[in-house]
Amino acid sequence: MSFLSFLKQNWPELATLLRQHLSLVVISTFVAVAIGIPTGILLTRKKSLRGPVLGIANIMQTIPSLALFGFLIPLPFIGGIGARTAIVALVVYALLPIIRNTVTGIVGVDPNVREAAVAMGMTSRQILWQVELPLAMPVIITGVRVALVIAIGVATIAAAVGAGGLGVYIFRGLRQYDNHLLLAGAVPAALMALIADFGLGLLERYFSVAHKRRAGTSSARKKFMIAATAAILAAVMTGIYIGSREPRSSSSQPQAARVVVGSKDFTESTILAEIVAQMLEARGVTVERKYELGGNLPHDAMLAGRLDLYPEYTGTSYTAILHHQPITDPRAVYEQVKTEYAQKFGVAVSEPLGFENTFAILIRGAEARRLKLKTISEAAPYARNWRAGFGQDFMSRADGYPGFSKAYGLKFAEQPREMDLSLTYIALSSGQIDLIAGNSTEGRIAALDLFQLEDDRHYFPPYEAVYLFRQDALARVAQLREVLAKLAHAISTEEMRQLNYEVDANKRGQAEVVREWLKKKGF
Amino acid sequence: MSEASDKPLVEFRDVSFSHPSAAAPIISHLTFSVASGETLVLLGESGCGKTTTLKLINRLLLPDAGEVLVEGKPTTVWDPIRLRRRTGYVIQEGGLFPHFSIAKNVALVPALEGWEQARIKTRVDELLSVVGLEPRDFADRYPAELSGGQRQRIGVARALAADPPLLLLDEPFGALDPLTRASLQREFAMLSKTLNKTAVFVTHDVREALMLGSRIGLMHAGKLLLLETPENFLKSNNERALAYLATLQVSAGLVQEKGT
Repeated sequence: MSFLSFLKQNWPELATLLRQHLSLVVISTFVAVAIGIPTGILLTRKKSLRGPVLGIANIMQTIPSLALFGFLIPLPFIGGIGARTAIVALVVYALLPIIRNTVTGIVGVDPNVREAAVAMGMTSRQILWQVELPLAMPVIITGVRVALVIAIGVATIAAAVGAGGLGVYIFRGLRQYDNHLLLAGAVPAALMALIADFGLGLLERYFSVAHKRRAGTSSARKKFMIAATAAILAAVMTGIYIGSREPRSSSSQPQAARVVVGSKDFTESTILAEIVAQMLEARGVTVERKYELGGNLPHDAMLAGRLDLYPEYTGTSYTAILHHQPITDPRAVYEQVKTEYAQKFGVAVSEPLGFENTFAILIRGAEARRLKLKTISEAAPYARNWRAGFGQDFMSRADGYPGFSKAYGLKFAEQPREMDLSLTYIALSSGQIDLIAGNSTEGRIAALDLFQLEDDRHYFPPYEAVYLFRQDALARVAQLREVLAKLAHAISTEEMRQLNYEVDANKRGQAEVVREWLKKKGF
Repeated sequence: MSEASDKPLVEFRDVSFSHPSAAAPIISHLTFSVASGETLVLLGESGCGKTTTLKLINRLLLPDAGEVLVEGKPTTVWDPIRLRRRTGYVIQEGGLFPHFSIAKNVALVPALEGWEQARIKTRVDELLSVVGLEPRDFADRYPAELSGGQRQRIGVARALAADPPLLLLDEPFGALDPLTRASLQREFAMLSKTLNKTAVFVTHDVREALMLGSRIGLMHAGKLLLLETPENFLKSNNERALAYLATLQVSAGLVQEKGT
């Protein structure tokens, strides 16, 4: 499939993502301008505030975006998941350049000009509007320009909190090793940044004093150019907006006959979420999907009441959320998680879905056959010549790399690379690294000819797939009980691997894959 | 009119002013008055307090002690905006607004005062002609397109725009080349005579002071050493006045030596 036909086929979705991305960027930049310029003006009047306020804005900009999203989710009013949180975060990042440039621009006005203005009998308000702001305008616009380009970039991460935007394609493309998806997300974002930069660059020149020359043909032509550029930009944006408008749900708060279904940011999680979503919809329940949430965001969102249900693994809850040391008995883990979640969070745990997704220690198939390796213990002696690469999750969690390397006495040629999980498969298969910790149900294990070494010392705790859901959701939506009962022990490891494979390797839409599977199962 | 000319337009009564960061006062115990219609030139080297004196008149600064009266009213009582709009102010380099056209720069105070457009336009054309710039050529241009001398003329036109009774000029011709400066000085002398304005003019150039002033106030270290007509200034025995006058003789002498 060529990139163009890919674009043609996915245009409706891409247009929606573009519109989401644009409205995230435009709204947040407007808000940042509305807050930033008055703040900047205030700082030129109250010098003592300048250091502290700019310092705070500076610190806010250094917060990593995912961490900032994490802070925001539990907060009332500005938090939650979805566009609102993303806009708040984007505003936080956009504020610094706007405030700083407003201050710089106004302070930089020629003192002679300012003194003349005062001496001519202008009031301080007249000086601000007629002298300081017009003269500072090119510098202020530079600030807005920087803020806008930052916002377009950071907005790609907004996909991690369910705000949509082009980041959805970028994340999905990384996960599914799909360059079309990656390009379809990254190229429009880059183009958007270039166009915004160019457009505001023209505006900046228009306001600059050097541009002030006798009104003549060249200036008239420039004005026409600027007007034309602005008109084209506006037309393109409205076109995209109108062309992709869809009925929007008014609120993200869970309501009576509605269920908000979330997922983590990997294929299997979204497939499992989609299964529940489709089954509920078939039973007349309105479902709002909040997929592809990064890190522990789904957990935080559920506690904050923004999410009713998402798929999880008992081992993850046991170690990463409840902070227990790993144990190997699946039943004990399940029971413990069930009891503690009910007590601590008011969250219930469904019956196990029937498969486990544990960490799979993977090497290239060719390598396994050449060295005749079956288990991790057998492979351990070769590790000193190997390079390893692990996802952030595996590197940091209690049952991850530190315990694992100790349990098998593993020593690698160099410190393992910490990288995006979905990229490790590609890096392994292309020989950049030699050992990774993947997911046992990953569809690409077969597709890329990777070999799973057996965990012969039973180091990894059981990761049974379950659904976590808010207890009040069960009371609100009667159909949920029936759906969860049907799904108990209904998905085998092979089935899960096949579902993943259909989406990741055959690049099929998850909704379609899930629909087919539900039909086959008679759900 | 005759009543107004009896009363001094500007009066300093034992005025002192210090800057918080400096130990010595910038001006101390200054007492003098400026009669209506005269041009008082404050002469002195940089840092002597002459610019500060000027700024005390249009309330850019307020005195620490004593009183400055304009039209018989202390500056502390004046509404600063009203006072400044009745006082033309010309500074070095003009201080023009670079984003305003020449016409808009000149029209600044009339526009602030809410004059009608037609009246403003007539006034701007009139003033541009007064300062020797053809309105048709200059009205729509911007300050960056003008020479230093032309900008300074616009600065004077702007100060005159709302026909204020009082003009304050802070070394207006200091940054200009000698030839341009000389011609602007001549024009200003004519102008202040024909327009019958009261002016306080600050300079460090004794030649300029002698040429333009109806009286010359010699300042040093925040004090007024001498306040005399140009004729009496030339005859003065004051040490600093003599030093200033000596510079004139030196330059004249140089020319004579070369001539022989």
